[in-house]
Amino acid sequence: MTRFQKWRRGEGAQGLFLISPTLAFTLLLLAVPLVMVIALSFWTQDYLTLHRTFSLENYQTAWTEPMYQYLMARSLKISMLVTAMTVLLAYPVAYFISFRISPKRKAMWIFLITIPFWTSYLMRIFLWKVILGYNGVINGSLMGLGVIEQPLSFILYNQNAVVLTLAHAWVPFAILPIFVALERVDRSLIEAAEDLGDSKLRRFFRVTLPLSMPGVIAATIIVFIPTIGDYVTPRLVGGPNGLMIANMIELQFKKANDAPLGAALAISAMTIVTCVALIFIWLNKKYIREAK
Amino acid sequence: MTQPIIQLSGLDKFYGNFQALSQVDLDIKTGEFFSLLGPSGCGKTTLLRSIAGFETPSAGTLHIDGQSMDGVPANKRPTNMVFQSYAIFPHMSVAENVAYGLKARKLPKAEIKTRVAEAIAMVGLQGFDARASHGLSGGQRQRVALARALVLKPRVLLLDEPLSALDKKLREQMQSELRQLQRAVGITFVLVTHDQEEALTMSDRIAVMFDGKIAQVATPEELYGKPRSRRVANFIGMMNFLDAKILTTSGERVEVDVQCFGKLTLPLAQATGGLEGCDAVGVRPEMLTILTESQAADREIEAVISEVFYYGDMTYYDVKLPFKEDTVTITMRNTAGRSILAVGEKARVGWSASSLLLLK
Amino acid sequence: MLRKGHIFKWYMGVFLVFLYAPAILLPVFAFNDSSIVSFPLKGFTTKWFAVLQTTEALHVAVRNSLMIAVTTALFSTLFGVLAARASTRFAFPARRSIMGFIMLPMVLPEIIIGVSLLVVIIQMGFELSLWSIILGHILICTPFCIAILSSAFMNLDQSLEEASFDLGQTRWNTFWLVIMPLVMPGIVASLLIAFTISLDEFIIAFFLAGTEPTLPVYIWGQLRFPQKLPSLMALGTILLVLSVSLLLVADYFRRRGIRKTGIESKGGFL
Repeated sequence: MTRFQKWRRGEGAQGLFLISPTLAFTLLLLAVPLVMVIALSFWTQDYLTLHRTFSLENYQTAWTEPMYQYLMARSLKISMLVTAMTVLLAYPVAYFISFRISPKRKAMWIFLITIPFWTSYLMRIFLWKVILGYNGVINGSLMGLGVIEQPLSFILYNQNAVVLTLAHAWVPFAILPIFVALERVDRSLIEAAEDLGDSKLRRFFRVTLPLSMPGVIAATIIVFIPTIGDYVTPRLVGGPNGLMIANMIELQFKKANDAPLGAALAISAMTIVTCVALIFIWLNKKYIREAK
Repeated sequence: MTQPIIQLSGLDKFYGNFQALSQVDLDIKTGEFFSLLGPSGCGKTTLLRSIAGFETPSAGTLHIDGQSMDGVPANKRPTNMVFQSYAIFPHMSVAENVAYGLKARKLPKAEIKTRVAEAIAMVGLQGFDARASHGLSGGQRQRVALARALVLKPRVLLLDEPLSALDKKLREQMQSELRQLQRAVGITFVLVTHDQEEALTMSDRIAVMFDGKIAQVATPEELYGKPRSRRVANFIGMMNFLDAKILTTSGERVEVDVQCFGKLTLPLAQATGGLEGCDAVGVRPEMLTILTESQAADREIEAVISEVFYYGDMTYYDVKLPFKEDTVTITMRNTAGRSILAVGEKARVGWSASSLLLLK
Repeated sequence: MLRKGHIFKWYMGVFLVFLYAPAILLPVFAFNDSSIVSFPLKGFTTKWFAVLQTTEALHVAVRNSLMIAVTTALFSTLFGVLAARASTRFAFPARRSIMGFIMLPMVLPEIIIGVSLLVVIIQMGFELSLWSIILGHILICTPFCIAILSSAFMNLDQSLEEASFDLGQTRWNTFWLVIMPLVMPGIVASLLIAFTISLDEFIIAFFLAGTEPTLPVYIWGQLRFPQKLPSLMALGTILLVLSVSLLLVADYFRRRGIRKTGIESKGGFL
C-alpha cells in the first residue's frame, strides 16, 4: 500500500470527504459573498455606475457623517440593552427550570418556552404594536381600570418598544444555552459550598453563577450579534427615533441604491459588534478567574 | 501438532507517537480458550481489534488459519466479536439480531430460521426470539451477542471484556457458562480481560501484557506458579518480595544471599525468567506458614504480627520480619483449632526454599 | 414576606404572560368581528378565514413559500447529515474550525447574509428568483440541522457499526441497515425544523425576493393596509397552529430516536 492509499483509507480523509459538500456550499455562499461585500465596501457607486477602484470614501462617510455615527451608537445601545434585558430575564427562567422542575418535566417546560417563538416573526412584532399602541391592550386596560386618564405614549414608537419587542423575540435563545450550562453544573458542588458554610446567596455567586457563565456568554453572543442586524422591529414599533443601523443598510441597498456605502456600514457594524463581544468575553474570563 | 489458528509476528501499532503494540509475537492454538490479560491501556484491546480487523497494524504480520489477513477487512475475516457494550442493534428483535450475519451471507430463509433457533437455544434464550432488544437485561444482552456471533460458526470468537458490565454474582455464573459453551462448540475463544481471576478460571492459556508488549504466555498454573518477572507475579495474585543478591552459579544451582533468610542454594529452574538481572526472591503468601506451638518447619524465622485482616474462611496477616522495612503478607486458612493471632503477638513463620522464585 | 419559592413562581407567571402575550392575542383578533385590530372586542366571526380563501396573491405566496421550505428542508438536512456524521465519527484536520465556520450563520445577523448574497447574485449578473432565497435559507438552516443531527449521530454507539461490519455486512449495507434506521428520527426532526424556519424567514427573503413574494414578504406588504390586518391575524393563527404541530411531531420523533438508541432523554430542542 502506498502512503497515499493509506491516507485515503484513514479517518482524516474520510471525514474531510464527508464534510466537503457542506463545507463547499458554505464557502461558496458565505465566505465568497462576504469577501465580495468587503470588496464592494471599498468601491464607489454614483447612481448606476460602479467604480472598481480602491477607495476609503465609504468608510469615511460611515464613520464621520453625524447621522451614521448617531445611528451606529443608538444601534449599539439598543443591542446592549436588549442583550442585558434578555439575559436578565432568561437567567431566572433557566434557573427555575433547571433547579426547581423535576427532570421528567424539564423537556416539557423548554418546549413551553419555545412555542411563542414559532409564531410568525412579523406577526409577533405587529402584535406588540397592538399591545403597546395608543388604543392598545395596555392603555385600554389601564384606562378601563381607571389607573390612567390619558393613554400612555412613551411605550410605543420609541426605543423602549424596540428593546421590549426584541427582548421578547430573543429570550428563548438566551434561555436554552443558560439552561444547558446550569444542567451541567454538578449538584454536589453546590451542596459542598453550602456544607462549607456559604449562605444561599453567596454560594450562588461563588459556585452556580461562575459555573454557568459559559451559558451566559453563549446567550449574550447569540442575542447581541444578530440583534444589530434587525430592521423589521425598529421599522414597525420604533418610530422615527427607534430606527437602527440595519434600517440604513437596508435603505442603501434598496431605495438609496448606494450598495457600497451599505456594505461599508454593514462591515463597520459587524466589526464593532464583534469587538464588543470579544471584550465582553475577555471581561468574563477575568471575572471567572477572580471568582476562583 | 496442528497449525495455530492465529499467528502474529512482529506486530506494531502506533497512534501518532504513542506505541500501543510493540513487537507482538503470538500463536493461538486451534480450539483453545485464550485470554489477553493486562491493566487498562496495555494494548490488549488494540491487539484484539487488530485480529478482528478494526485496527490496521503499523507493522508485522497476522495470519488466521494460515491465511494472511493483510488488507482483509473485518467483514471478510473468519472471526466474530462480542463487544464490550454488546452492540445489540436496538431497532431489531432478538431473532433479527441473531439472524443479522446470516442474512448478510444471503443464506436461504429456511436455513437462517433453523440456525437462529439453534443459536438462541444454545445460549438459553428460548422464547425470547420476538423480544425487542432494548428491554433486555445485561445478562440477556450478552447471550444475544454470543448467539449472534456463534451462529456464524466463526473460526475464532473474540470477546472484548464481555463480563465487565455485569454484577459480581452474574459475572461468576457467566464465567462458567462461557467456559462450558466454549467446550461445547469447540471454537477458539480469545478473551480480553483486566480481571486476573476471570482469566485464571476460564482460560487454557493466558498472555499477560504490559505497555504494548507481551510479558508472558502460559497456562494459568504456570503463570501463577512460575511468573517470569516481578511485574507478572504482582499482577497475578499477591507476592512478597525480598531483596536478593546472586553470589555464585555452579551447574544447575545458584547461591544467593536473601534478605532475612540468609545464604541459600537454589536450583536454577527457580529463576523462572532467567538469571540475568535477578535482584529479588518472591514468595506467595500461602507458601509461608504461621506455625502453631506444636508445629515445626525445616526453616523458620521470628516475626511480629502488625496487621490482621479476617475474611471468614481465611485470615491475612501482615507481619514484620527482622531487618526488613515493609511487611510481608501471609494467608492462612482458618481450619479447625487454629486461633486468630492478635496485632503485636510474636509468631514463628515457616518457609521452604523450594517455594522461592528468583525474579528480576 | 414571600418565601423564595413563591417569588420564583410569581416571576415565572409574569414571564409566561409576557412570553405568550402575542401568541394569545393572535387567535383573539382572528375571530374578532371587527375590521380594526384593537380592543374592545366586538364578537365572534370566522369571516377573516373565509377572506383568506379568496385572496389569490396569498395563495401564490403560500405556494412559493412551500416550494422554498420543502427544498430548503431537503438540502439543509442532506448537508446536515454529511456534516454531523463527519464531525461525530471522524477526526479530520481542522475539524473544529471547519465546523465553527459551517455553524457561523447561526450567530451572523441575517441582514449580513441577505446583503452578501444579494451582492453576489447582482455582481454575477444573475436574476433574483425563488432559488436565491432557497440558497440563503439552506445556509441558515444547515447549522440548526447539524445541531439536531449531531446529537442523533452522537447517541449512536460506534460498536454497532463495527458489529455489523464484523458480522459480514458491507459498509454500504451497514449504513442503510443500522445507521439510517437509528438516526431516522433525527432526520425527520431536522427536516421539520428546517421547513418551519424557512417558512417563517423574512429578512433574507425580503432582500432576495425578485418579483415572486414568499409568505412573510406578502405579509410584510399587507401590514401597511389596516383593512387587511384582521385576515392577517387569521393567517397568523393558521401558521402558529401549523408550526406548533410540526414541532410536536419533530419532538416526538426526536424522543423516539433517543429511546431507541437507549439513552435517557434530557432537555428539549436544540
